[in-house]
Amino acid sequence: MKQNVPLRNAAMVVAGLLLYPLAFSEPFYLDIGVTFLLAAISASAWNIVGGYAGQVSVGHSMFFGFGAYAPLLFYNLFGWPPMAGIPIGIAASIVLAIVIGVPTFRLTGHYFSMATIAVAELIRIFFGTWNLVGAAIGLQGPATARGWWDLTFRSEIPYYYIFLAVLALLLGLTYALERRRFGYSLHAIKSGERAARSLGVPVQLTKIRALAFSATFTSVAGSLYSLKTGFIDPESGFGILISVQMVIIAALGGAGTLYGPLVGALILIPLQTATNTWFGGGGSGLTYILYGGIIVLIARYEPGGVFELWHRIAPQRWRAKSAT
Amino acid sequence: MLLLQVIVGGLLLGAIYALFSSGLTLIWGMMNFINFAHGEFVMLGMYAALLTVLWLGGGPAIFGFTSAFALFVLGVAIYLSLIRYVLRGPMLSQILSTFGLALLLRYTAFFIFSANFVSLPQTSLSGTVDVAGILMPVPQLVAGVVAITLTVGLHLLLTRTAVGSKLLAVSEDRTAAMLMGIRPDRMQMLAWGLSAAAAGIAGALMATAYPWSPSVGETFGLTAFVVVALGGFGSVPGALYAGLIIGLIQAVSAFWFGPIYKDIVVYALFVALLWLRPQGLMGKA
Repeated sequence: MKQNVPLRNAAMVVAGLLLYPLAFSEPFYLDIGVTFLLAAISASAWNIVGGYAGQVSVGHSMFFGFGAYAPLLFYNLFGWPPMAGIPIGIAASIVLAIVIGVPTFRLTGHYFSMATIAVAELIRIFFGTWNLVGAAIGLQGPATARGWWDLTFRSEIPYYYIFLAVLALLLGLTYALERRRFGYSLHAIKSGERAARSLGVPVQLTKIRALAFSATFTSVAGSLYSLKTGFIDPESGFGILISVQMVIIAALGGAGTLYGPLVGALILIPLQTATNTWFGGGGSGLTYILYGGIIVLIARYEPGGVFELWHRIAPQRWRAKSAT
Repeated sequence: MLLLQVIVGGLLLGAIYALFSSGLTLIWGMMNFINFAHGEFVMLGMYAALLTVLWLGGGPAIFGFTSAFALFVLGVAIYLSLIRYVLRGPMLSQILSTFGLALLLRYTAFFIFSANFVSLPQTSLSGTVDVAGILMPVPQLVAGVVAITLTVGLHLLLTRTAVGSKLLAVSEDRTAAMLMGIRPDRMQMLAWGLSAAAAGIAGALMATAYPWSPSVGETFGLTAFVVVALGGFGSVPGALYAGLIIGLIQAVSAFWFGPIYKDIVVYALFVALLWLRPQGLMGKA
């Protein structure tokens, strides 16, 4: 019985997400669905290092941006199908993860946060001046598909199912890692680094592996984004608000939990769509005021996010049912 | 001669970097806490100066004081309502609290003041002076000299006065300080007030010489990180030297490579520092 609960939860989530496009087939709702999946993928990727390992990155847009630029860059340079750029983006992101992780993980967590925000800014400004990557103007993807391998569709539905498959893969891997030595090591590091080290956890190596894994999927999220929009510039690839969104979604839902980022995205994406609609074109400023307010409130009152809130206030019988 | 002029200009701007960075390093040294909203404090200091000139009139002496006072109050209020609670919380809360605060302040400023660049109306500080063939605009000169004076003053306050000793006692050992009859909570509140006031005055000084918009806070915040990383965490004299060095490097790289590269050089220096000397120039390992 006990083993069935996570399986049943997963089955319910998967079924709901698989059926969503059938129930909401208008372009407006499909677009929200696709945005939700992309946000959930990047927040779940951030969650590996920011949530499970407790190393709070506020510059994850650097991996997102590498992933977003790679497909369009090689399409523009050599006419490769954009898909071929995905592994190159992943490789570049892993190298970057090591460059940042090796020096900062020796120090306390604050250094890592500062380094991530500074490096993300550095890369954003640098890409804005670099002509090969289109400088401030950015890069365009294929306007019309040369074949299916360009992954350029007019409908949202193929993107929806591709994104869903990636999300399922990421959550499946995360679930598997949670239950292995690696997952327990991350948990130990988060609870107390010194204690973890004294118990023989290779702290430095584990943190770097977590960052590399996180960077890989953040890069994939970036690639999916640029494949779908067919356009990327420094702000939409490396902008600080890209990082902010990952942090806020994971923290809102519950950092360091499997479904936390999903819950966070489920709350934030419709909220974002609503505020953008209500406040019109100039509303994006108000959206970020709202983001800042939510982040401060989470930090002050509920660092565990909605997940922990639920576990505290939910009535006993509900809790018993939903406990895993 | 042109290069010499660039160097002097860089050092004068660096003096202001030193002043606001000393506020950041004070908080870091006392509470082992990074304020991601520190650059936004500088930005608010600039708008406080503008509003003072528009509403009350008066010269730099008046708006320097009002900026410092307004930011002191803001710093204390933020400590009392937010920081004292997250200081005891997990790392995630500590980082998220001021990171969220930075967004909140930055975009509220966007909302109120719009994204356009503004500058102070002409103040009593204007014109240029010629020192041994180097032309220096008076606002920059005055701002730089005042900034250095105040940074040194902050250092003296921390090292030579009773209040400074109490602040130091709390940062060294909270419990022992409490046993000596010092209230750590009150001292930390004071540190947040001083830190924000330093940022506020630095903003007011910078407003006399440069135009700005709500987005400058992000750049200043990152600049302060680099200065503190270079100078050593918790060291006010370190922040002074490092601020001057960063101002110099920025000015010279803008002169040699072009203005857009000045931040790239500084952030690259930061990454190199993390690899080579994470404790900073003056810090201990």
